[in-house]
Amino acid sequence: MGVLKLTPEKFKEVDLINRISGQNVYDCYQCGRCTSGCPSADEMEIVPSQTMRFLQIGAVDKVVESNTPWVCLACLICSVRCPKGIDIAAIMEALRLVKLRRNYDFIHPNRIPEEDLEELPPIALVAAFRKMTP
Amino acid sequence: MTVKIPYYPGCTLKSTAKNFEDTARLVAGIFDYELDDLYRWNCCGAVYGLSEDNVMHKVAPVRNLLRVKEVGEKRVLTLCSMCFNTLKRANYYVRKNKDKLEVINAIMYLENTTYDGSVEVIHLLELLRDEIGFSRIKKAVKKPLEGITVAAYYGCLLLRPGEIAIDNMEQPTVMEDLMEALGAKVVDLNVKTECCGAYQTVARKDIVADRTNLIVEEAHKMGADVLITSCPLCHFNLDRRQKDAKERHPDFKPMPILYFTQLMALAFGFSEDKLGFDPHYVDPRPLLKERGLL
Repeated sequence: MGVLKLTPEKFKEVDLINRISGQNVYDCYQCGRCTSGCPSADEMEIVPSQTMRFLQIGAVDKVVESNTPWVCLACLICSVRCPKGIDIAAIMEALRLVKLRRNYDFIHPNRIPEEDLEELPPIALVAAFRKMTP
Repeated sequence: MTVKIPYYPGCTLKSTAKNFEDTARLVAGIFDYELDDLYRWNCCGAVYGLSEDNVMHKVAPVRNLLRVKEVGEKRVLTLCSMCFNTLKRANYYVRKNKDKLEVINAIMYLENTTYDGSVEVIHLLELLRDEIGFSRIKKAVKKPLEGITVAAYYGCLLLRPGEIAIDNMEQPTVMEDLMEALGAKVVDLNVKTECCGAYQTVARKDIVADRTNLIVEEAHKMGADVLITSCPLCHFNLDRRQKDAKERHPDFKPMPILYFTQLMALAFGFSEDKLGFDPHYVDPRPLLKERGLL
């Protein structure tokens, strides 16, 4: 773990996350309810409540480069249980989008085994491509 | 007299979840409803776009709602939980944000009409509960589902966020009430609103296999024989990913996963060949035969 260097530019990145998600990360008061209900928290390098705190202190890169937004299930448990009404799932979407909008592919049809493509229901493929490709 | 109800099928109900659509048609027919496929429907996008600065992901669902309006209808019925969620959320969004609705209508400038937020999106479970009613359903039962214990699994998309929920967000009971009307014993599954792993089934089978292991294991602990769902993606994950769950968790015990409409059709006396059990990974027939239901 390196030292976080916070500069005004870092906070511009936070503003971008707020703008894409329509949320305000500074609303979070770290109660941890999002993490306690998150079915994917075990898989995450940075759990949802930590993600919120990192964003508040301007460490956007740290969460964008973690696996967290990519193992999020967009199940909305965090969003509906947040006592401050923050749509945390929308923030996870914003964290995916800052990479996807730079033409990043988290998944690629050519890398999905053919037998999977044959048996996966269309909604699984459409949903995955919508969430994880530009 | 038969009531024709506009029906938005979505991609999966015409492919891997054909058995869901077929049994839903049978069930609706019992109460004189006919599911009328929406004219020129297109994919809804499967997941609702959560970004606030881009309306493009909302155009596909709104275009389907415009089709409903175009044929002079006031409501549209869905079966798939993902379609339900995407259409209903997009509808809620454009009703709340008239400026965004204008932008979306401008994008759809080639259409003959504009959308105005007037269509209602309903799920089959709402039709069964609110319009047909469980007492009528109870009277239509020919073969009560005595002898099986059912756990209802709701997943995410019928319940969240609250503004589109078909039932109590944390403690839904509509599917349990329905199964009781059919004569089945029900258990209150503690993980019934927890995600099955959703679209991670494409790139991270391991996550979905672990979710399936947990959900099926909890259902076993509560004494359930089968799990029911209304979502083709939950169905795929909970059924087909049992193979992966077994590889990762040697103690895993399989459980048949059914669409609620399959059990309804069974209770209404339809024969085995109409119930669409062939595509299931975990075949429910041995259990249903053992309990004298087939």
